[in-house]
Amino acid sequence: MSLLELRDISKRFGGLQALARVSLKLEEGMIASLIGPNGAGKTTLFNTLTGIYRPDAGEIRFQNRPLVGLKPEKITSAGISRTFQNIRLFSHMTVLENVLVGMHSRTRTSLSDILLGTRKFHAREQAAKRKAMELIELTGLTGREGEWAHRLSYGEQRRLEIARALGAGMNTSEAYSLMNLFKGLVGPYVQAILLIEHNMRVVMGISHRVHVLDYGEKIAEGHPDEVRQNPRVIEAYLGQGRWSENAHG
Amino acid sequence: MSCAGTTFGLIAYIAVSWSLAFFFPQSVLAFLLFEASLLLIYYLPVHPKMKFYMGASVLLVLMPVLGFVNGYYLEVAVQIGIYVALALGLNIVVGFAGLLNLGFVAFYAIGAYLWAIFGSPQANAFLPGGFFPLSPAWFFVFLLLSVAVGALAGTLLGLPVLRLRGDYLAIVTLGFAEVVRALVNNLDKPINFTNGPQGIAPIEKPPLFFRPLLEFFGIQFEPAKLYPLYFYFLVLSLVMVIILVTRRLENSRIGRAWKAIREDEIAAAAMGVPVVRTKLFGFAVGASFASAVGVLFAAKQVFINPESFTFMESIGVLAMVILGGMGSVPGAILGATGVTILNLQLLKGLSLWLNSLRQSGAVLSIPFLGSYSLSQLPAQFEPAKYERMVFGLILILMMIFRPQGVLPPREDRKL
Repeated sequence: MSLLELRDISKRFGGLQALARVSLKLEEGMIASLIGPNGAGKTTLFNTLTGIYRPDAGEIRFQNRPLVGLKPEKITSAGISRTFQNIRLFSHMTVLENVLVGMHSRTRTSLSDILLGTRKFHAREQAAKRKAMELIELTGLTGREGEWAHRLSYGEQRRLEIARALGAGMNTSEAYSLMNLFKGLVGPYVQAILLIEHNMRVVMGISHRVHVLDYGEKIAEGHPDEVRQNPRVIEAYLGQGRWSENAHG
Repeated sequence: MSCAGTTFGLIAYIAVSWSLAFFFPQSVLAFLLFEASLLLIYYLPVHPKMKFYMGASVLLVLMPVLGFVNGYYLEVAVQIGIYVALALGLNIVVGFAGLLNLGFVAFYAIGAYLWAIFGSPQANAFLPGGFFPLSPAWFFVFLLLSVAVGALAGTLLGLPVLRLRGDYLAIVTLGFAEVVRALVNNLDKPINFTNGPQGIAPIEKPPLFFRPLLEFFGIQFEPAKLYPLYFYFLVLSLVMVIILVTRRLENSRIGRAWKAIREDEIAAAAMGVPVVRTKLFGFAVGASFASAVGVLFAAKQVFINPESFTFMESIGVLAMVILGGMGSVPGAILGATGVTILNLQLLKGLSLWLNSLRQSGAVLSIPFLGSYSLSQLPAQFEPAKYERMVFGLILILMMIFRPQGVLPPREDRKL
């Protein structure tokens, strides 16, 4: 049984068939990449997977639980969390607050506890902040937790996104992993990663499996090396620049 | 930094400005200087404990004493308090959750009419038994009730409306406020609920439950002096409760969820924030504050009519929040205070001054240009008459030079 399974997902926006019967499987411990030219439907697929769009047809199962029709927050609490292709941090919130928002569905405090400022409330806040600080440390942002997110450099913002996604998705055990590379994350932190990536060197370097979308359809799937040889993939990418170079989205 | 020096200077400032206001009760300027002391207490680097003591003595002792010298000061203070409370409520909706609400005054009206109808003989028009007006003791019950009613109204409006974003949301809330105003304006027939444009009077004031205590100590007050003082403390307590609640919410997961939605709704949803529920709650909290303030307002005014709840009022409160700094509690307080003082004191003061100039008939002689008799100064020239223009100018200047407001939310808040 796969960890995540998308079966025959279709999504239409007016006259545009954004996704046509796309299927995809993600096994535990795996890093899979989703690639394809601009407008191929990668982001639509992610939005469908995370509940922002509802597919017109098809089925999504996560740990054998159907996800279609669930609200985004339910999907997040089921264990799927996402970072964005374009950085979408909460720019006028501090680094710490960004991570704490990520932990939203994991911090349970009742309204009365908040309003009365009970001891329970403070204890939970403190616990959440400790955990958030742990993630901030892991992603190398210690000392910047009080700053607004938009003050960070591009690389730091990416790392903060990862810290935030970690807060949203996983139960952090004693974190000593020093890698902020995805490879290091699979296993101790996450079960699997599905990645949209434009940098082919990254895609080829770390993915176990690559899925290629074009005009809403899946045109290829397989090991990075297989995919690279696939004539349909080469065709789809022609005119988009050389296959070996970085295509920018 | 020389903490002791600043502290001493601040105390001296408070003492001097207060004495000025005390000995020159007609001077707007002296009172303004005194009001500014609160701002200084907030701003200057003084030990937090000292800040608390100074703030408390200004609000709890010095201000009421001034109110005895000149009753109008208390009226100003109560007005300020009412607008501060409204601005804090709107700040939750607009500043924290980022939902542009142009009809905030609707909830204020709902609260005001809630007490006005049942705290006056008005309710007899549609309820049998002649129980009304309710006795003043019910005031506090209605104050609590208004929180619930406001929250309910906010939720009911929010349910259909919060699917809209930005401008669309703004327009629908604007429409809602107009609907509420049209309703209170026209619900005098077939059954007379609101008495229509004539408004409702007399509305019961809150109970003087502490009277026996005062009499026990042998203190005698005539009600005319006592009520302004009483309202002052009521408004002050309401504002304090609202500040406390706002602060607690702001620094909890709810406040963070509001801000996350404001910053990026899709990302917030992806992080597990229940967007619709969180927005609804923000709407409800803001509305409940406004509604509670409405009850106080009705009790203070004794008479209310739909005229008090126009669109301009919503815009005014919104301007306070924007001027002060969206998403910042000190900002909302400062914005509300500043704008109210501008309206009630500065512009009026200038008008009075110009008036006295006109009446003095003095002749202004300017070299090379000849002389100009001040009695010819046109009456249209009174600042109070173009209050909205001054307001607009200030807003435009702010948007150019300080778009984030006077006291925007600070970055390095204590962790």
